[in-house]
Amino acid sequence: MRWIWFDRFEEFESGTRAVAVKNVTLAEDHLHDHFPGFPVMPASLLIEGMAQTAGILVGEARGFREKVILAKVQRAVFHEVVRPGQQVRFEARIEQLHDAAAVTRGTIRCGATLVGEVDLVFSHIDQNLGGREFPEENFVFTEEFLALLTTYRQRGTERIPL
Amino acid sequence: MPTKEEIFSKIQAALVEALGVDEDEVTPEATLMGDLGAESIDFLDIIFRLEKAFGVKISQDELTQNDIITNPAYQENRKLNAAGLKALKERIRDGDWATFEKDPSIDKIQSVFTVGTIVNFIEQKLAAK
Repeated sequence: MRWIWFDRFEEFESGTRAVAVKNVTLAEDHLHDHFPGFPVMPASLLIEGMAQTAGILVGEARGFREKVILAKVQRAVFHEVVRPGQQVRFEARIEQLHDAAAVTRGTIRCGATLVGEVDLVFSHIDQNLGGREFPEENFVFTEEFLALLTTYRQRGTERIPL
Repeated sequence: MPTKEEIFSKIQAALVEALGVDEDEVTPEATLMGDLGAESIDFLDIIFRLEKAFGVKISQDELTQNDIITNPAYQENRKLNAAGLKALKERIRDGDWATFEKDPSIDKIQSVFTVGTIVNFIEQKLAAK
């Protein structure tokens, strides 16, 4: 299984907001354990889906030059469960963007239902951690990742520069 | 220009949210890391909340005095030397120096910060606005 928790972008406004969707399916193994007889998408994976949506939004804002790492879950509140057959819609907005970091606000919906609210802090790690050095290559936005991103270049995402 | 009490009160609210601590734990003398349990990554969160609360721009380098701690003249083996400590003390008022001076490792610089340090920092920022 690949660690990709949304299926495509629906909307992408550079430096501002992104909307990604994920179709939840019983083909996903973990749903059979979470929980047996009552499959629901784990809240932790909903947070991950939001982190990926928002992380790409933050990364694209600086041309994927920064290594963008999820630093902190500022707030995560869930109101409803997500079940197989539903489509999850992650909407992320950049609230603050610095050279060193960013804050995003996000909502997770299924149809008109608000499932959760997730606010995140991202770090541009090369700009942080008191001068410690990291590998030069961008291990967050790898070539493989950027190649995959081309598959998202449809309906409103054409402006993602690659 | 808000009063010191008003500044403190906004900082207190920001720290309660950022660190999940109780309001009465956030006293001017409380150290962010030792007393309030902040981790280095929380400083990013705190900076964003302070910017929003006070309408100022704060760079992390500015808050953590990065120009001093990355200056080769001020360090040996990733520890601040006497000149570095002196330079830092002139900048950071109300810091908790007792612990840091025992082990002035650059990685532990954030242990110096108290709530009072942040209040002074914001006061200076607002005065310069």
